[in-house]
Amino acid sequence: MGEDKTNNHIKIGVLAVQGAFAEHRTMLEKLGVETFEIRQLRDLEQDFDGLILPGGESTVQGKLLHDLGLFEPLRERIESGLPTLGTCAGLILLAEKLSNDGHTYFATTPVTVERNAYGRQLGSFYTEENFEGIGKIPMTFIRAPLIQRASQDVQILATVQNQIVAVRYKNQLAISFHPELNSDLRVHQYFVEEIVKANQIQAKKAA
Amino acid sequence: MSTENRYELNKNLAQMLKGGVIMDVTTPEQAKIAEAAGAAAVMALERIPADIRAAGGVSRMSDPKMIKGIQDAVSIPVMAKCRIGHFVEAQLLEAIEIDYIDESEVLSPADDIFHINKHEFKVPFVCGARDLGEALRRIEEGASMIRTKGEPGTGDIVQAVRHIRLMNQEIARITSMREDELFNRAKELQVSYELVRYVHDHKRLPVVNFAAGGVATPADAALMMQLGAEGVFVGSGIFKSGNPAKRAAAIVQAVTNYTDAKLIAKLSEDLGEAMVGINENEIALLMAERGK
Repeated sequence: MGEDKTNNHIKIGVLAVQGAFAEHRTMLEKLGVETFEIRQLRDLEQDFDGLILPGGESTVQGKLLHDLGLFEPLRERIESGLPTLGTCAGLILLAEKLSNDGHTYFATTPVTVERNAYGRQLGSFYTEENFEGIGKIPMTFIRAPLIQRASQDVQILATVQNQIVAVRYKNQLAISFHPELNSDLRVHQYFVEEIVKANQIQAKKAA
Repeated sequence: MSTENRYELNKNLAQMLKGGVIMDVTTPEQAKIAEAAGAAAVMALERIPADIRAAGGVSRMSDPKMIKGIQDAVSIPVMAKCRIGHFVEAQLLEAIEIDYIDESEVLSPADDIFHINKHEFKVPFVCGARDLGEALRRIEEGASMIRTKGEPGTGDIVQAVRHIRLMNQEIARITSMREDELFNRAKELQVSYELVRYVHDHKRLPVVNFAAGGVATPADAALMMQLGAEGVFVGSGIFKSGNPAKRAAAIVQAVTNYTDAKLIAKLSEDLGEAMVGINENEIALLMAERGK
């Protein structure tokens, strides 16, 4: 794959308040995508084509989003169709409902998610399973959440042991595992090709 | 699952903690305050280092019941300490499914030569290090996360700064070495050639590296981040201060925006009294000297 020059007009913001944001930037940069870190409000003053919500601790990220005034501006952008990839904690931020937690965050993806569904660190695991439209890919689950229920209009992209671990809803791609922890670029490529670029083409048509 | 996979998963958990603050707590109530203030994980222990230092005597692993109480109180990862070399204490912590074990110099060492063979465990370990040699020896033994060994319970940042600067200098030196010099460097550091080679090629440790020991203010935390730490442990600094919840939240924000001086200045206002602290030349017991 390597350096793909056709992606150099794309710019994606990676939420960098806490967690494994650097790993996502590395993946996107290998695809030739321009990236920047979102740590405070002034980082949102530029135009960008997509957003990544990385893994980390959702309680920490949720609190910092509010404390730093990032929450509402990002929620509005996601709601109005900004292509967004959420992994692990990012899935929790996107979920409309959390079955074992009173909090919700952006609540823009109509799914019910269970936090720490596989238990503590001893329950963390690695597997390889099929991802709709990509094929078999590596999946690393770290104290991972899983998707218990998805509404009718949500597309299920991957399951592990009959449990939903990846979904797409409009321009939101929400995943339990960590595609940024392996060297396989295909999930990021899927996000860039199928969601970010497709969204740009649609926007152009509408204009 | 293969051992190699498990080690990768354990390094991965440390990656998820990056950019975060890990706070020492002694009760479920403190754990909840820490979680609400934005802690990425908590370290459950009976006494925070400042009190261990004040009490003197032999300091051991905490009561498992107390640790379980904290595990039940929060949804974030829970860590706990065992004594250096005390692999049975580590077995007990694994039995209660702790998320991370800190083989820690804060407790009295159980073995003055051997550290725990951490490869024999499924749960991950974090270990302290004052220089690159210590860091790589702990990694060789199976540690999946490293932290500086700044003098715990003092509120004095000087040692943590010394450790991270030294580690950075040693990494820079290995990075600039000729390949044929790496073999001898591995012998000097008492570690395998493969680890030294990794540092040479990647200009960093093969695991996540946090700051620990003596962090008392948002500025201390930001200092360690600007010096290259990937996250921060705060021990006595929070619950030995005047307003723990406010100070904890301020340190969390300072770690996220560690280069924004204006913001950190604002965060540092009205935090109440910081922990009193002791200067390193005033203390009798240097915990960082434990375990080499």
